[in-house]
Amino acid sequence: MKPTSEQELSELIADAKTPFQIKGGGTRLTGLLEAKTLDMSGLSGITLYEPGALTLVAQAGTTIADIEIALAADNQRLAFEPADLRDVLGTTGDSTIGGVVASNASGPRRLSAGACRDFMLGVRFVDGAGNVVKNGGRVMKNVTGYDLVKLMSGAHGTLGVLSELSLKVLPTVEMQVCLRLPDLNAVQAVRAMSAALGSPFEVSGAARNVDGMVLLRLEGFDASVRYRAASLIKVLAPFGDVEIVDDQDMCATIWRDIRDARGLIGADGNLWRISVKPSDAPHVLEALKPTMAQLDWGGGLIWAVVPSGTDVRAKMGVSGHATLMRASNDDFTRLGRFHPEPAPLAKISMGLRTRFDPKGLLNPGLMGATS
Amino acid sequence: MDMPRPDPIILSRKAELVARLLAVLPSDAVIEDEMETRAYECDALTAYKCPPLLAVLPRSTQEVSHVLRICHDMNVPVVPRGSGTSLAGGALPTADCVILGVARMNDVLDTDYANRVIRVQTGRTNLSVSGAVAEENFFYAPDPSSQLACAIAGNIAMNSGGAHCLKYGVTTNNLLGVTLVMMDGEIVEIGGAHLDSGGLDLLGVICGSEGQLGVVTEATLRILHKPEGARPVLVGFDSNEVAGACVSDIIKAGVLPVAIEFMDRRVIEVIENYAHAGYPLCEAVLIIEVEGSESEIDAQLTLIREIAERHNPVEFREARDGDEASRIWLGRKSAFGAMGQINDYMCLDGTIPVSSLPMVLRRIGEMSKEFGLDVGNVFHAGDGNMHPLILFDANKEGDLALCEAFGAEILKLCVEAGGCLTGEHGVGIEKRDLMSYQYAPNDLAAQMAIKDVFDPKWLLNPAKVFPLDVSDSRRTMQVAAE
Repeated sequence: MKPTSEQELSELIADAKTPFQIKGGGTRLTGLLEAKTLDMSGLSGITLYEPGALTLVAQAGTTIADIEIALAADNQRLAFEPADLRDVLGTTGDSTIGGVVASNASGPRRLSAGACRDFMLGVRFVDGAGNVVKNGGRVMKNVTGYDLVKLMSGAHGTLGVLSELSLKVLPTVEMQVCLRLPDLNAVQAVRAMSAALGSPFEVSGAARNVDGMVLLRLEGFDASVRYRAASLIKVLAPFGDVEIVDDQDMCATIWRDIRDARGLIGADGNLWRISVKPSDAPHVLEALKPTMAQLDWGGGLIWAVVPSGTDVRAKMGVSGHATLMRASNDDFTRLGRFHPEPAPLAKISMGLRTRFDPKGLLNPGLMGATS
Repeated sequence: MDMPRPDPIILSRKAELVARLLAVLPSDAVIEDEMETRAYECDALTAYKCPPLLAVLPRSTQEVSHVLRICHDMNVPVVPRGSGTSLAGGALPTADCVILGVARMNDVLDTDYANRVIRVQTGRTNLSVSGAVAEENFFYAPDPSSQLACAIAGNIAMNSGGAHCLKYGVTTNNLLGVTLVMMDGEIVEIGGAHLDSGGLDLLGVICGSEGQLGVVTEATLRILHKPEGARPVLVGFDSNEVAGACVSDIIKAGVLPVAIEFMDRRVIEVIENYAHAGYPLCEAVLIIEVEGSESEIDAQLTLIREIAERHNPVEFREARDGDEASRIWLGRKSAFGAMGQINDYMCLDGTIPVSSLPMVLRRIGEMSKEFGLDVGNVFHAGDGNMHPLILFDANKEGDLALCEAFGAEILKLCVEAGGCLTGEHGVGIEKRDLMSYQYAPNDLAAQMAIKDVFDPKWLLNPAKVFPLDVSDSRRTMQVAAE
């Protein structure tokens, strides 16, 4: 199934009797879904790009690569840094904007600039009954009615198939530097990141890589970045000697590796993505004893590799949630991809899925049980 | 403005409702006296008034739960209320409703600098959230102009913005978790101090749902360290078009000012007469504020000056000290008061793509002549959020209706230009009947389906947001089901 227009998509869903698994570029694993593929790559193309208004509108199947090329021509970018997870997940294909939005994929800059959902201005989608629905628009501030734009971001296609997205983009920066602190244990690393993030120096990335090195990113105009780097070194003095990396290519590589969790490529076991309060990260690492782990978002995002079969959710011991990113189909089936919700929330989510997808057609079973 | 007819059955059961509420709340938390309930007859949209059946002022999440459970049981509509500063009528009662005010719930529950979050009860005012963390030089970023009075509950309900959201985002971008009490009394925790949601982004849809999905009693908010400093500049232009082009060029250049405010000639004249801020009398004035250390501010302003000078400004005034900075902001901050001195006014809130600015301003000028009503424009130019102020005389028969008709035409123009009806004030009752202009029936049905799930009986703030004829079958369904 490969619709080439929103109209065709709508008719296809309205007539459907059996479920779909929705596919953008196929770069993210969905686990084992027994359903035919709904290939969205036929709805492709940038429909509007206004650099002066920081606005881009694209059809859902447009590749991230195409969007990044268009933006780069005007010195702009997707500030929420969607990850390219192909290598760490062992997938191929070309990531699409629909897939990025459906999974609310947000990289290191999530802690300062915001998540994918924070950059979403509008959506068009087809619900499970075939109705075409629009919400939001293409302006920066919009509180007209309920915010379905956020609800659809990260819904993994379970409430509707995204057909067109409208996003806020931002200018690229003049330069960046990376501050490195070597070999801090998790407790010290989170404290160092917290000190940096609690300063006025606008840190746009705070991570601890798989080797225990703490990385802090500063971006902006040259003079400002250098001033902030010097100020931040004073803040970080209690944590050790700070090394400044100002080679632009090297900085880009460092943050691409964090964004795409490249340190965890090929590691044996299951890959989890765990979202917690930053100061809880050391506790989670202690409880899980992962074979490898990376911290991002100042500690708030843990990428952990643990032996196959481990139930991370049962062991993490703090509030937050854990998503299974890479596993055998058996483990996907047994553990589930997403963290089960507390009963009252599960009831609301189920209610929404039943309303938006009454026939149970859209990625059934991916997010919680189906009706 | 039509509101549903009060339900005579509910009116007749007032005594029973009071008795049941008093069984679970202290006596000072239930307000039934007709003189006292009048305090809740309207919010900041004062053109419409209606005293509620009762008002309740609970002190805890548990008490809110008790109230909602009883009202749910007796099919009584509930209108949640923060501080009552809504400009859209979000807290306007009906005669058969209970006003649920959260004003007594204003505690700070947890301040966590290491994780950069604060947990508060939602009756707390916006400014006092920043106040609670000022000691450590932190602040809560969203800053609606009513921030001295408005409550976090209302900010969440309306997804409020403010002058500085160009850099820091609006409420939804700074909200991490809530305690939500559902209409049937169930207490639900959503989100927390972690950055992203598990499951569906329910927090995203609750924020901005105008009190129609549940009552938010506690909230976890992001806090940030204050910048080292801030400084505004004032730039005057002899055309709106050129001012708009300058805004666009600044944004494209990669400078991220915290605020870009725009005032047109009419507003400049009025505030000059009122506040004597020393603004140049020209077609358009921009106030642009940047943040950082002294040297960072200098560098950003140098760049902004270069860009502005390409557009031949009639004046470029940089604040050399705190006094001059205050004078630059003085005019903008007194704009609404100044307009209010000359007449009653209605403040609109449509948002447009920045590129449509000159066209929209020109059309508003033409419509002003057609309707015979004066209008001034003040707005957040960086994000296209307009605030046209239409002047009218509330004591002159027919003037309010004329003003509303003019306002509706301006909002339709915003939608036609690719924008929306409201950027930060919310729909309430004010823009309710225009929703069908922006959204098709399917679009509204999808939104109402969400309310169906959270509040199947449609008892929470039911007569708002959706045109009455569109929501009618849902609102009356619960009565029929009894």
